[in-house]
Amino acid sequence: MLEVKDLQKSYEKDKPALTNISFDIKPGTFVAIIGPSGAGKTTILRSLNQLIKDDGGQILLDGNDIRTANKTQLRKYRRQIGMVFQNYNLVERLTVIENVLHGRLGYKSTLAGVFGRYTQEEKEEAMSLLKKVGLENFALQRCSELSGGQKQRVGIARSLIQHPKVILCDEPIASLDPASAQNVMELLKDLTEEYNLICIANLHQINMAKKYADQIIGIRKGKLVFDENADLLSEDILRTLYDQDITKELE
Amino acid sequence: MINSEETNTIIQKPKLPDSPEIKLHEKSLSRTMIIAVFIGLILITGYTLTHLDTAGVQINQAFKELITTLNQMFLQPNAGTDGVTLLLQALGSSLLLSILTTIIGAVFGFLFAVLASKNLTNAYLGAGIRVVMAIIRAIPTIIWALIFSIVCGLGTTAAILGLSFHSVAYLTKAYSESIEGIDNSTIESLKVTGAKFWVIIFQAIWPTIVASFVSWTFIRLEINFANAIAVGAAAGAGGIGYQLFVASGMSFDFHETGFIVYLVILVTFVLEFIAVKIRRFYLNR
Amino acid sequence: MQSPAKFLKHKGWHQTTIIALVGGIYVLGSWFLKFDNLNGLLAIPKAFAWLGVNFRPTANSMEYLPRIWQKLIQTVLLAISSTVVAAIISIFVALLGSKVTGINGFVQTLVRGVASFFRNIPLVAWSMILLFSFKQSDFTGFLALLLMSIGYLIRAFMEIIEDEASETMLALKATGANYFQVIFQAVLPQILPSILSWILYMIENNVRDATLVGILTGTGIGFIFDIYYKSFRFDAAGMTVLAIIIVVIGLETISNQIRKVIL
Repeated sequence: MLEVKDLQKSYEKDKPALTNISFDIKPGTFVAIIGPSGAGKTTILRSLNQLIKDDGGQILLDGNDIRTANKTQLRKYRRQIGMVFQNYNLVERLTVIENVLHGRLGYKSTLAGVFGRYTQEEKEEAMSLLKKVGLENFALQRCSELSGGQKQRVGIARSLIQHPKVILCDEPIASLDPASAQNVMELLKDLTEEYNLICIANLHQINMAKKYADQIIGIRKGKLVFDENADLLSEDILRTLYDQDITKELE
Repeated sequence: MINSEETNTIIQKPKLPDSPEIKLHEKSLSRTMIIAVFIGLILITGYTLTHLDTAGVQINQAFKELITTLNQMFLQPNAGTDGVTLLLQALGSSLLLSILTTIIGAVFGFLFAVLASKNLTNAYLGAGIRVVMAIIRAIPTIIWALIFSIVCGLGTTAAILGLSFHSVAYLTKAYSESIEGIDNSTIESLKVTGAKFWVIIFQAIWPTIVASFVSWTFIRLEINFANAIAVGAAAGAGGIGYQLFVASGMSFDFHETGFIVYLVILVTFVLEFIAVKIRRFYLNR
Repeated sequence: MQSPAKFLKHKGWHQTTIIALVGGIYVLGSWFLKFDNLNGLLAIPKAFAWLGVNFRPTANSMEYLPRIWQKLIQTVLLAISSTVVAAIISIFVALLGSKVTGINGFVQTLVRGVASFFRNIPLVAWSMILLFSFKQSDFTGFLALLLMSIGYLIRAFMEIIEDEASETMLALKATGANYFQVIFQAVLPQILPSILSWILYMIENNVRDATLVGILTGTGIGFIFDIYYKSFRFDAAGMTVLAIIIVVIGLETISNQIRKVIL
């Protein structure tokens, strides 16, 4: 269970980027955050694992507040929260399996992590996760040789090996072609059900949000204007969200 | 909507490695090369440092002296016996020297770059120019200045020619790399209109590379300023470099040395600042 | 909106102004420096004619070769070792000072300032003050090149880290990995090829700079060139220049081959 209460953030004085954002998400839910560019979607997502330090509020993961954690505790929370990026953020020069294993670093001692010493179990798990995302034959390839969709699936495998409760996806399909985008969304949806995850994705594509998400959160100018079941997203709400008629995109 | 390539990989049977040990990476040439080069460099360094000739100098003592010198230089700088006016004059002439040679370098460098770029000229001429420029570049600026000073005598002319030679060679390489980076279609689209060679150069090539042209030219200006000082000191070509040499190597007035160094740093900061501004102006256009 | 005609006219003026400005600076500069352009131009063929006659290594100058070769090797070794030591120091400093991996704003500004300061102190100044304390020895040349290289490499490495490693750094931070794990698993593997490429470039550059340092501090290939030059043994000086050309171009070729494989 992830509960966000009264989250606040401003980058400049008197110019709030987020005001009093509150929402709850149950395990096994795929959530899409939608809204215009600059509305604060990325700020919300990145404050959920404290890559951005917010100014106030509560972020409760199974009842524990992440915001008040010290450095060591924060690292322990972070390993329960996987993250998938728009630009994949892989170490391009390393192999696919090495990148997947990076997800284990949070569980390792500094020394083992520094020298990249992984156990046999970890390696086997990495292989089985690669199989799950359809990349088992690419394990020893360099990431720079992969296509965008393949890179994103490596990113997803890297977050899964963290054994996360939550996966945050920052524009996961914005750099992908339509077919790969569909693929990645389906994968995320399936994984959410299979592992009973909380999966939160920032999306620009409203049709994708409608198609795959269980719950949709709408953000406009740093305020939460919609937080309901995905079926309840109506044209009226979209119009207030985006200040314009974009119903065509829904069709 | 799922494309065939991706479906295949998903349907394929998992091929878990038979060996219990799962490899994380294969041997690749690039990995091996990086490691080999690093090890090689470190071994050479180790060898050199252990065989270094220190001319019997007490290292501790020398470091103490160095700190005294640095202290005199940076914390108590003054204009010394030469006076501020003379030093500023010398600074100005070094700066002019570097500007002049950069202009020469930019003009001839662009000319040669056009003739040397693979996408513009015939292969033999290009290759010929590149080889000549590589040889000119390989000879240090200071040696060029010394060579010319035999013919022209010690002084500004030799310094200008020496610095220009190296500048032309350096900028030819830099510009022609920018030109070779141009998309071929830009050139072809003008070629099909029947435009003449130099028309293509100034209507298509020049506007495309102007930003990187400006960048490289200013980088060279900074290098030329440093070189002007070096040539002034080591080839007696005058300017602030000569004053620096006299103050630090003949009269041992480290207060003055410090003053000169501060002047030089000030000029390089200003040059860097101007370069950043102009570069931004051309990038935004 | 400007009309197209007006825009083109404006552009024409702009170009004319810049050409006039640069030309004006050139003419004024020549006048101030008393640089006679025509004589300067004529000096070039004269210089090469003179080079062709006097600098040409003769059978006689072969006897200098072993000594030149020994000094040249020594110079290359100094260039390599000063670059490597500078690189080791610079990578630590760059990690502390880059915007991505740095500790805090104050340290970042400090590192930037120090690097810029080191880079802009003229090589002549380093050579001379080191010569004063460390006398005429290889160690003096080594230190001068080292201090100069540090300034350049810190800036280059910081830019590499900021350009290439910021995204992966963020991703690994999000997995809960700690600082050292992120540095060794994400940042270093990512930047190593670029770092190596810069080290190779710096070695080439230091071989050339070592000539200057050598002339000033009496070490290496610069010293031996200076001796031949000042004692009018021009065939030997020519031999030295030839040797420098061969070594520099050789190094450049090797570096380019290495770059091709690793990048």
